[in-house]
Amino acid sequence: MNFKFALAGATILAASVFSAASASAMTVGFSQIGSESGWRAAETTLTKQQAEKRGIDLKFADAQQKQENQIKALRSFIAQGVDAILVAPVVATGWDEVLQEAKDAKIPVVLLDRTIDAPKDLYLTAVTSDLVHEGNVAGKWLVDTVAGKPCNVVELQGTTGSSPAIDRKKGFEEALAGKDNLKIVRSQTGDFTRTKGKEVMESFLKAEDGGKNICAVYAHNDDMAVGAIQAIKEAGLKPGTDILVVSIDAVPDIFQAMAAGEANATVELTPNMAGPAFDALDAFIKDGKEPPKWIQTESKLYTQADDPMKVYEEKKGLGY
Amino acid sequence: MTGTLKAYAVRLFPQVAALAIILFMVSLAFPGFFKLSFQNDRLYGSLIDILNRGAPVALLAIGMTVVIATKGIDLSVGAVMAICGAVAAASITAGHSLAFTLLVTISTGILCGLWNGVLVAVLDIQPIIATLVLMVAGRGIAQLITEGAILTFNHPGLIFIGSGSLFGLPMPVIIWLGFGLIVALLVRRTALGMLIEAVGVNRRASRLSGVSTGVLLIAAYILSGLCAALAGIIAAADIRGADANNAGLWLELDAILAVVVGGTSLLGGRFSIAASLLGAMIIQSINTGILLSGFPPEFNLIIKAAIIVLILVIQSPRAQSAFIWMSRVRAAEPKKEQEAK
Repeated sequence: MNFKFALAGATILAASVFSAASASAMTVGFSQIGSESGWRAAETTLTKQQAEKRGIDLKFADAQQKQENQIKALRSFIAQGVDAILVAPVVATGWDEVLQEAKDAKIPVVLLDRTIDAPKDLYLTAVTSDLVHEGNVAGKWLVDTVAGKPCNVVELQGTTGSSPAIDRKKGFEEALAGKDNLKIVRSQTGDFTRTKGKEVMESFLKAEDGGKNICAVYAHNDDMAVGAIQAIKEAGLKPGTDILVVSIDAVPDIFQAMAAGEANATVELTPNMAGPAFDALDAFIKDGKEPPKWIQTESKLYTQADDPMKVYEEKKGLGY
Repeated sequence: MTGTLKAYAVRLFPQVAALAIILFMVSLAFPGFFKLSFQNDRLYGSLIDILNRGAPVALLAIGMTVVIATKGIDLSVGAVMAICGAVAAASITAGHSLAFTLLVTISTGILCGLWNGVLVAVLDIQPIIATLVLMVAGRGIAQLITEGAILTFNHPGLIFIGSGSLFGLPMPVIIWLGFGLIVALLVRRTALGMLIEAVGVNRRASRLSGVSTGVLLIAAYILSGLCAALAGIIAAADIRGADANNAGLWLELDAILAVVVGGTSLLGGRFSIAASLLGAMIIQSINTGILLSGFPPEFNLIIKAAIIVLILVIQSPRAQSAFIWMSRVRAAEPKKEQEAK
């Protein structure tokens, strides 16, 4: 009897040791672009958190915005014989050779938050957000909120020619298509910055009869929205009430503005790209299940009803 | 006295004319342009926006004018703005008083200027390279201070510098007008301006004739650093946060452009701070005008470039001598006709 128990105990112990060993056996190399923005810092933090949660040994390499550093990091990951590689590519081109080396070494590569111009068989999958969809979610919120009433919208675009600016504009326009009550009356670039967002909003307010003609502002990122909110306040109007404010990204500061009633809605560009990537890798390595070539992250809409102060506290520590 | 006034008028005429033409063009595109009202204890309108938004470039242009007059150039001012904004935000969020914060921030700017000045005057490194060092490194230093995030603050005193108002004008406008006046009086009411011009025209000759060129050069870069510190405080206070990545980004080029549009030669020598300030306002009028006119953003840079090329062509000595020649020909033609009769 005792012997049987001991045997069972030993089996359980062995099984648990074995499973712990197999979990920790997964080693993943992560080549991050560098610290270009708060969002990217949050992505790094969340990737490390997700790896720790799953017992993955994460090897982190900061490329300081240089592709040659990323290629070096990838080569060293391959030399170390990691089980998988995550890479947030700094540019779209020039990856074929190093990805071929990874493929020859049978190491799956997952692209995070950006895609590249390379044959699709060179990488396992890409985890990115759909920028057009983000603009669409923001547009749909506005369409539902104004509920058929006439509404003049001003748009603060991102850096002219950048893909987030082009796609977020496109998605928003698609959501507004066919809704005659909503009209984009002015659209200018605010270069994704607070300063320019404020300056451009100031001139929009002047140009549209002191802001009386404007019913909503749509900003391609939260930072420009924060600048626009200040401009609206300085013009003697109430942001969030007199002029609706909707933007994209969901950085902590916009939740403070939402808690104060000065911003209305934001669409999250989630910094948790690693979670879905690890899930896909897990399924691929353990069960050999090939993931789709593109995994789209959720573009979640936050409004004032979502307890913005709580979200702010959660996001504050992520390094935004 | 009327003689000096007339000299000033002749010197500033191209800039004033260019500014007037641009303002007139903007008012055609946007009819309510000259409308001013009194709101929130201050004047409110597009013209005030130009003065207010042009504050950082105007301040940078003051220091840049003096540096360029010494035949130098300061590429680091945008990065120094970012450093000083970061220092101000870090100090105020750490709970220090406003006076201490301003003191530390301005000292930081002066220190950056001193670094540039020593590289140029003592180590004799070419200004474009010497200041390039801080231009590249500066943003990194600013990011270290803010730890890569936008460092926000809520101190009412510091925010007042960016968006408060005094005598019905926004604070940034008061600061650049006041500071510009002080520097202009300092260089023109004393021999300082002439000595700076002497260094710019021929550094060796001025040293041989007893001018302490090293001290003057270092002082010029310190002034530029000080101007960048003021601009950095204003930029940070305006958005209530220090954005190390974007504060003052490419503003060194706008400041150099303001000086050039103001008619000061990049080869050093004669300079005018008033003309550079007008140059800064010309640039900002173009920027604000484009925003008000409602053109798609793809046109912004093309319009800006076209207007600036036009201004520079009109100012170029070749074009001016051509104008003079044409007016002479025109004046001579009727005479010939009369003689023929």
